Order: sequence, then structure tokens, then C-alpha cells
Amino acid sequence: MKKVVGARLKRKEDPKLITGNGYFSDDIQLPGMLHAAILRSPHAHAMIKSINVEEALKAPGVVAIYTGKDLEGKIGPVPSSWLVPGCNLKEAPQYPLAIDRVRYVGDGVALVIAEGRYAVRDAMYLIDVEYETLSPAVGQKQSMQIDAPLVHDDIENNIAFHWKAGEIPEEVCENAEVAIRQSFYIQRVAPSPIETRAAIGQYNPGSGELTLWCTSQNPHIHRMVLSGVLGISEAKLRVIAPDMGGGFGGKIGVYPDEALVGYAARDLGRPVKWIEERNEHFTASNYGRDEVLDVELFGKRDGTLGAIRVKNTHNVGAYLSTMGPGVSTIDFGLMVTGCYKIPYASCETFGVYTNTTPTDAYRGAGKPEATYQIERAIDLFAKEIGMDPIELRRKNFVQKEEFPFTNAQGLLYDSGDYEKPLAKALEMLDYNKFRETQKELRKQGKLIGIGFSTYVELCGFGPSKVAGAIGFQGGVWENATVRVHPSGKVTVYSGTSPHGQGHATTFGQVVAEKLGLPMDDIELVFGDTKAISMGWGTYGSRSVAVGGTAVSIATDRVIEKAKKIAAHELEAPVEDLVFEKGIFSVKGAQGFERTFQEIAKSANMAWNLPEGLEPSLEAQSFFDPENFVYPFGAHIAVVEVDKETGQIEVKRYVAVDDVGRVINPLTAEGQVHGGIAQGIGQALWEGAVYNEEGQLLTGTFMDYALPKARFFPEIETAFTETLSPVNPLGAKGIGETGTTASTPAIMNAVMDALEPYGIKDIEMPLTPEKVWRAISESEGK
Amino acid sequence: MIPSKFDYVRVNSIDEAIQQLKQFNGEGMLIAGGHSLVPLLKFRLSEPGALIDISRISELKGVRKEGDRIVIGALTTHFQIANDPIVKEYIPVLSETVRQIGDLQVRNRGTIGGNIAHADPAADLPAAAFVLDAEIAIHGEDGPETMNIDSFIVGPLITMLPENSVLTSISFAIPPAHTNAEYLKFSHPASGYPVIGVAVVAGVGENDVIDYIRIAITGVGNVAYRATSVEEKLLGQTLSQTLLKEAAQLAAEEGDMASDLFTSEDYRRNLCKVYTERALKSVFYSN
Ligand SMILES: Cc1cc2nc3c(=O)[nH]c(=O)nc-3n(C[C@H](O)[C@H](O)[C@H](O)COP(=O)(O)OP(=O)(O)OC[C@H]3O[C@@H](n4cnc5c(N)ncnc54)[C@H](O)[C@@H]3O)c2cc1C
Repeated sequence: MKKVVGARLKRKEDPKLITGNGYFSDDIQLPGMLHAAILRSPHAHAMIKSINVEEALKAPGVVAIYTGKDLEGKIGPVPSSWLVPGCNLKEAPQYPLAIDRVRYVGDGVALVIAEGRYAVRDAMYLIDVEYETLSPAVGQKQSMQIDAPLVHDDIENNIAFHWKAGEIPEEVCENAEVAIRQSFYIQRVAPSPIETRAAIGQYNPGSGELTLWCTSQNPHIHRMVLSGVLGISEAKLRVIAPDMGGGFGGKIGVYPDEALVGYAARDLGRPVKWIEERNEHFTASNYGRDEVLDVELFGKRDGTLGAIRVKNTHNVGAYLSTMGPGVSTIDFGLMVTGCYKIPYASCETFGVYTNTTPTDAYRGAGKPEATYQIERAIDLFAKEIGMDPIELRRKNFVQKEEFPFTNAQGLLYDSGDYEKPLAKALEMLDYNKFRETQKELRKQGKLIGIGFSTYVELCGFGPSKVAGAIGFQGGVWENATVRVHPSGKVTVYSGTSPHGQGHATTFGQVVAEKLGLPMDDIELVFGDTKAISMGWGTYGSRSVAVGGTAVSIATDRVIEKAKKIAAHELEAPVEDLVFEKGIFSVKGAQGFERTFQEIAKSANMAWNLPEGLEPSLEAQSFFDPENFVYPFGAHIAVVEVDKETGQIEVKRYVAVDDVGRVINPLTAEGQVHGGIAQGIGQALWEGAVYNEEGQLLTGTFMDYALPKARFFPEIETAFTETLSPVNPLGAKGIGETGTTASTPAIMNAVMDALEPYGIKDIEMPLTPEKVWRAISESEGK
Repeated sequence: MIPSKFDYVRVNSIDEAIQQLKQFNGEGMLIAGGHSLVPLLKFRLSEPGALIDISRISELKGVRKEGDRIVIGALTTHFQIANDPIVKEYIPVLSETVRQIGDLQVRNRGTIGGNIAHADPAADLPAAAFVLDAEIAIHGEDGPETMNIDSFIVGPLITMLPENSVLTSISFAIPPAHTNAEYLKFSHPASGYPVIGVAVVAGVGENDVIDYIRIAITGVGNVAYRATSVEEKLLGQTLSQTLLKEAAQLAAEEGDMASDLFTSEDYRRNLCKVYTERALKSVFYSN
């Protein structure tokens, strides 16, 4: 039999999805179900003078309308789940509906419940809210100024937190032969999953149980947090994440909206459904990034890097989101040295409240930003000392034999061989030839450029004791149960919660290989707090490394028990038993065999079990890794810039990633492709824009440019496999490599293309106009 | 993104459509492919009392040649036009233009009549309509009439379509046999609509003298237009690279360029110059 782990299997979940048989939140229809709509603030900052619901209450089909005042004392504020210690963190309470003041365009003002999704909208527009507008705080740097309007009156200078890590001896900076100083703005982007958010609540007055279906990447976190917000026992709150059309971090957060739906369902005793609209999504769902990075990279003329000092000014929006505070501090600040052996580093982060929609984790969360600044700074450094950017990278790489390696900020990189993917990528691209071609084309007036990004990222959240130490309000171990039915078919339960990643396939492969079963015999159950006792969800590229490991260990435990039963039936010592390809046999004794299915039946019937062995065949594992995992790789982009229009075309894109053991190259490539599209989206097209009044100018896909398939060349991918010692699978994480690596690769390529003009940096996204202006200005000089 | 309440009727003939429009007394709106109207409804920017669905009126579909013109029924979809052999043979610039509209779903649903009647200042089709001297056929309460595209589209989302009438077909002049044509579009990365679209039909006669020229520009301002002064500059002149450059410069200087979140006025002007020059070069110098 061929190996299953490592096989290019098509995804198990695809047939149902592409034939329209998925079961998404909006597919849920319950008897007597009501519909909810949330009236949202059109102002960035205003006092609510009055809310008149009289007309709306008279509208056909309206059942109830709640305002913030109505709910005061009934449901609590929705807390952040990442209370980073030691940074004077000030969390302003976020009530599910604004009580007397709205703080961003999209802040909830009233909840309307009616019979039917049309009726509820019609009624919503009849609510009359009188506002008195206030000056808004927009933009993190401006909002820290003394005279800036305060988002929360008692939070001085709008500073939500001020975090520092790392010390650099002054003389290292002062005596540096080379100092690169550059500011970068990692602009605000919208995760934009194809399915918007949703919540459906159903209350059973008999049992007192509230069931909440919602678009959650982590139903158990939703259960934990919402049980507090709603004042309901976790034992009475069931959270289910049905099929989901992506999340990208935007569905990690526990939002006011889910609490409202749960509350209304319980209050009215009828099911309530809320489906976020696409334009609503642009103002009511968390954004990613929005960090201003002031970077200083110090070193010698020979290319030895000495220190990196970074200041991150992070726009957290009007409230702290579920993961928000951790993104620009822990996730970013401890990774600022990237894959380089830079002896000293320091990072200072300011989290700043503004009158905008909150920001939260977005694919990569902090690591793309960290990678961006170091990979851009390295290129600027190389240019400054006249060294090839590849050579400078190689000179400073952490070397293969130095792993496990402690970086300047104290993180322990588990394993690595940074040269390997780089060498492979250069070979795929034919780098030397490229430089010649580039020279030729430049002579013809064509602007072609190449950009590199060698990255490492922190994935696989993670050791729970570390989570505790960094203020994460949860554990980050994982839970898996492998249950073998009498027929030998298997159900696997996982506390991770895929929403497009394809765990049914990859986790299935892990189990199929171990048990010697066909993939079809294995089902994965996830996303239901009633079916899975506990778990921490899917984000931070943790599912395979942590959740997959739990599945692997639980499967081993099943085999261990099954062996005892087989040994008993075959009357052989357990030590002599061999389990291969689904067959138990006795070493050296031909013909003495039991199939896995036979043992499954024996275990479940329990007619004849070894003395003292309990019936059934099922095992559970709670796996808490000893460390994070650190995938790495090398991405190379080739771009052409149209010098008359500034338009950028991505000509080639080579990605070589090392994510430890690759369980399924096909799904892994899918992750790489999607990540790259989003990372390039950040570099070239995407960007949420607010005006001075705090109005969102990019509130539809007519203005907010999501990448389209036709914007890309064929992405060339490959993997190298440097196993992780942190888990028995040797797996790292693939979900965020693309967004982490690709943004600087593209930027570096464009800057390389623009080298003849002496252009050093352009703020993202690189719209054609910005590039054209930079060229025109340099020509004018 | 949920429209307010409206009635819905499907009609099977032009007369019936006019009848229904009258019945709803200004409150009714025709719907064809719905790909411009439905977004407006969803944002509640348009709240008609009734939608009168004309999409199944078969007499409004199809392409035919009538003398020196190609007549296209209002309900013919972008996709059908892009792939129609008559269009490809006689007015290939139209097929080139509609091929660049939206994406495949949009081209499958959107109709030529809807596109022109909607008069979106950023639509692609008007550029081709101008260079192909489009005549708009309308059927109203008093019977049929025609209007030239010049006088039909008067402003952003504003046309001279009379009340209670249906746009029935659009006819395009077949350009002289010796001409070439091009439509060049710079797409907005979000919407896919043109930030600028330049259509050119042109030909040279003896001694490299330009004897036929039509240029139209869309996407840059309030309304698509024919760049007549640029045409005048070129007509009767001997073709040269310098001449085309100057013509492009003129196009850029003369146009009313809008600014928006994606482009400033300056930048659009630059695009206008670059795209006009490229379109002209492609027409005059390719093959
Ligand atoms: C995602 C997307 C991308 C798009 N991209 C582009 C693009 O790149 N370039 C471009 O040019 N367009 C684009 N469009 C618009 C598209 O071409 C529309 O289909 C077209 O503009 C309208 O045609 P329709 O048949 O859909 O009209 P409808 O939406 O049905 O109607 C539009 C208007 O015209 C009126 N109307 C329709 N038919 C008639 C008729 N026969 N007589 C009188 N009035 C009529 C309606 O009452 C309505 O006011 C895009 C649309 C979408 C949704």
C-alpha cells in the first residue's frame, strides 16, 4: 500500500461543497425562526441623544427592538481574550449595543427582531436615532497626540497598551557603521471571507439550553466567553460552527452580535437568525494589520547585522478585539529579527484606540508585519552596502547546526535549514540568468525586478504555560478522540475547527495511514461544543501541529488497546504482535491474523476481552506541545512595472516552503496559493481607507480591491521538509506562510524594478498612481 | 443589501412592457439582466414600486446585418455579442469591448440594452457605441423612434429615453473596410470597470494620410464622449508617431477628468494620454 501521509489526495470535503450540499449558517431553517438586524452607527463618534423606535415597532412583523439602554445590566461587555501583561493594558468595556455613545461607523445601536429577513430590514430603517456628533480620533499617530479627541474619556492619549521587549546596548546603535532607518505602514486590510458572519440562536426553555450556531473559528472560545457575557452556564450553552466560507482571523473574535442573537433567542423563546450583510461586514467585522512600523537596522559594512530596533504603533480600533492586543506585541515584537542571527533586538509597541472598527488577528497576525519590516530593511541594507540581497541574507541566516536557536527576543526556533529552500527557489528561478535578462530588458527601457523574502514564522499555538505567561485567556493544547465503531469505521473528534482548510482530509490521512483504513472509513467531527468536550480552534497555523498531533496520539492509543485484544484472541504475547496495513499478525506465525474490523467488533461486543481490559475501542488525547513550531522558506517574485502608468504585473512567483512534514501536498499548495494571493493583495491592491471624519471610503468591493485570479501568474511551489522535533508528526504549519512571505517579496521586487530611479520605498498598497508619481518625481529631480 | 418591497411582473412583448410601465405610473422599472439595477436595489439607492421583467421578450434578442449596419437586440447578452460571428466579422471592436466587461457571470447576464440604458459613466460599451456611430432604437407610447448615441446619453445615469418606453435595439455602422479598430481599457482593480477606456476606429488612405478616424473615451468623467477635436487634429494628416503623440496629448488636455479614491485627476489625465496613444498606435501600426 502506498503511504497515505504525504499523498496528493483530493479533498474529502470538496464534492459536497461544489455540488451545493454544504450546510452553512444561512442554510439553517428552524420552526418559528425570527430574523435579526442590527442598526449601526453612521457616525464615527457621536453621542446618542435619543432613539425613537415607535414607528419601527408598528412595522409589519416586528417582534422586538432592543437598544443599549434596554440591555444595560442584562448582558455584560464582550471582553478581549488576550490581556498582554506588563503593558499597562487598558480595556474599555464593549457593550453589545452602544449605550449613550457610538465609537465607530458600524457600532451597534439597536437590535431589531421580526418575522422574516425583509421585514426586519424594512423596520430597521424606520428607527430614528438622534446623534450629536463628536470629533473622531482617526489614524494611530494623530490619535496619540495630546489634543486628539478621546475615544474613551478615561483612557489618556488613547493609549490602550504600551509594551516593550528587548534591550540594545546604546553603543551597538551608536557605533554601527551602517544604520538603515525606514518607516513602513502595514495598512488596514479586510479579511473578506466569502461567507460573511452569522449567528442563529435557539433556546430550549425546558432544558434551559441555548444553542448558538455561529461562524466561529473556535467554538469553545465562543462558548467560554459568551457564557460569561450572557450569564449562562457553559453546560447550558452549545456553540456549533457549521460549514464556513473562510475566516482568515476575522471569525476568531467573539463579537457583540453573537451575544445579541443568543440573548434575543432566550428572551423571546424563539429561534433568531442573523446573517451579516456584505456592506455591514465592512464596518462591523474586525480588520487586520493597521500598524505603523518605525524600523532601525544596524550593522557593519561587511554585512554583519548588529541590532534591530522597532517601534510599532498599532491602530486597535475603538475596542480591544479578542486577539487584538497580542498581534502587535507578542506575535510581532518577538519575531522582529526574522530568520537572522541578529544579536540584539528591541520592540516597543503602542496600541492606540481610534474611532474605527476594531482590528484583530488576520492571517499571519503579527508575523507578516514582522517579516515585512525585516525583509524590507535587509534589502535596504544590502543596497546601502552594495551587496547582493541574497548574499546578505545568507551571511546572516541562523545556520543549520545552530538549531534549536534562541533568537534575540528569547524565542526558541525549533528546527531549520534556511539555505535549503532558498537554494531550491533560486534554482527554480534560474537567478543568475535572470540578472542578465534584467540588464538586457533595462536597456530596452523595461522595468523588471526581482524580490526575495526569506522568512520564519511562529506557528502552532502552542504551549499552554506560555499562553498563560503572555496573557492569553485560554489554553492552547488540543483535544482529539478516535472512536472505533463495531464495524471498524472510525469517527475522529477534534477541538480544532476548520473552515476551509480541509482537516477532514489531512487528519483523515494521519488516521488512515496508522490504522490501514481507506479514507472513506474515517469521519471527522468538529465545531460542536456538545460533541467535543474542549478545544481551542483553528488559527495561528496550529491545527496540524497541535490538533493533528492529538489525533495521531489518540490513534496510537487505539492501536495499543486493539493489540491487546488481538493478542488475547490469537493467544500470543502482545510483544509479538505486529500491526500493519490494518492487519494484526503474530511475528513468525503465519496465518495467525485478525483484521482491524474484527478487533473493532470484539472490542465493542466485549464477549471475550483480556482480563481487566475495559470494553470499547476509543481513545482520547490532550496534547500540549512543549514549544511553538517555526516554518520557514524562501519566496521570490518577479514583476514588471509599466513606467508610463505605474501598473505592476506579477510575472513569476516561486514559493519554496519548509513546513516540516507535508501531510498532503495538494492541500498544502492550496494553502500556499491562497496565502500568497492575500499577501500580494496587501502589497498591491487592498487597503481600507477612512477619511478625516472616520467614514469608511472602501465599504464595498467596488472600491476595496480584493485580488482576482487573473491578477496572478501560475504560482510555482515546492517544499523542503525539515521536521519539527516538537511533535511526533514533525509537522509545522502551512496556513500563514503565504501571507507572511509574499508581501515583502513583491515589494522588494518592485523596488528592484524601480532601482534605476533611485526609489527606496513606496507605501502599500502600490497603486499604479503611487508608482507613477514616484517615477515622475524622480524623473523631475 | 436587501431591497425594499416591490411588485414584479413578467412581460412577453414590447407592447405589454409599455402597458405595464403606464400602469405603474412612473413607479415601474424595466429589468433586463439586472446586473446594474439589482445592486442599486440592494443598496436601496433605487426603490421602484415594481420591476417589469423584459428578459424573456424574444423579439429583443439577436444580431443581424441590415445593409451597412449591424443591428443588435437590446436583450442580447455581452457574452452572446462577444462570440457572435457577425459582430466579429463586421464590428470586431464591439466584440473586443464586451469581452472586457466584468467577468463571465456578468457577461452571461448583462445585456447591451441595459448597459446603454443605464448610462453608467464608467461603462465600457458607450465607447464602442460612439466610434461605431450607434443608433438607439426606442419603442414608446407613440411607436418607434431612433436617437443617435450622441444625443441619447446626456449625463451620469441620465439618458433621453422617454417615459414609458423600451430600448429595443442598437445598430452600429460597419466601418470602412480599410480601417482598423481597438479598445484599450485600464481596469479598476476592485470593480473591474474602466478607469479609462479608449476606443478607436481609423484608417489611412493614399500617402499615409489618415482618412477615417473616430475616437471615444469612457470612464474618465461624467459621461463617455467622442474626442472630436482629437479626430479633427488627425483627419487628413500624414500618419506619424509624433502626430499620434500630439493627438494623445490633446486628448488628455481636453478631457474632463474625474478624481476618486483610486485616481487623482492628474493621474487619469496621464492614463488618458498613455491609453489614447497606445490605442492609436495599435490601430495604425499593428499589421
Ligand atoms: C460585478 C459586475 C461587474 C461589472 N463590470 C462591468 C464592466 O466592467 N463594464 C461595464 O460596462 N459594465 C459592467 N457591469 C454592468 C453590466 O454590464 C450590466 O449588466 C449592464 O450595465 C446592465 O445590463 P443589464 O441587462 O444587467 O441591465 P439591468 O440591470 O437589468 O438594467 C439597468 C437599467 O437599464 C434599464 N433597462 C434595461 N434594459 C432596458 C431596455 N431594454 N429598455 C429600457 N431600459 C432598460 C433598467 O430599467 C435599469 O434602469 C458590471 C456589473 C456587475 C454586477
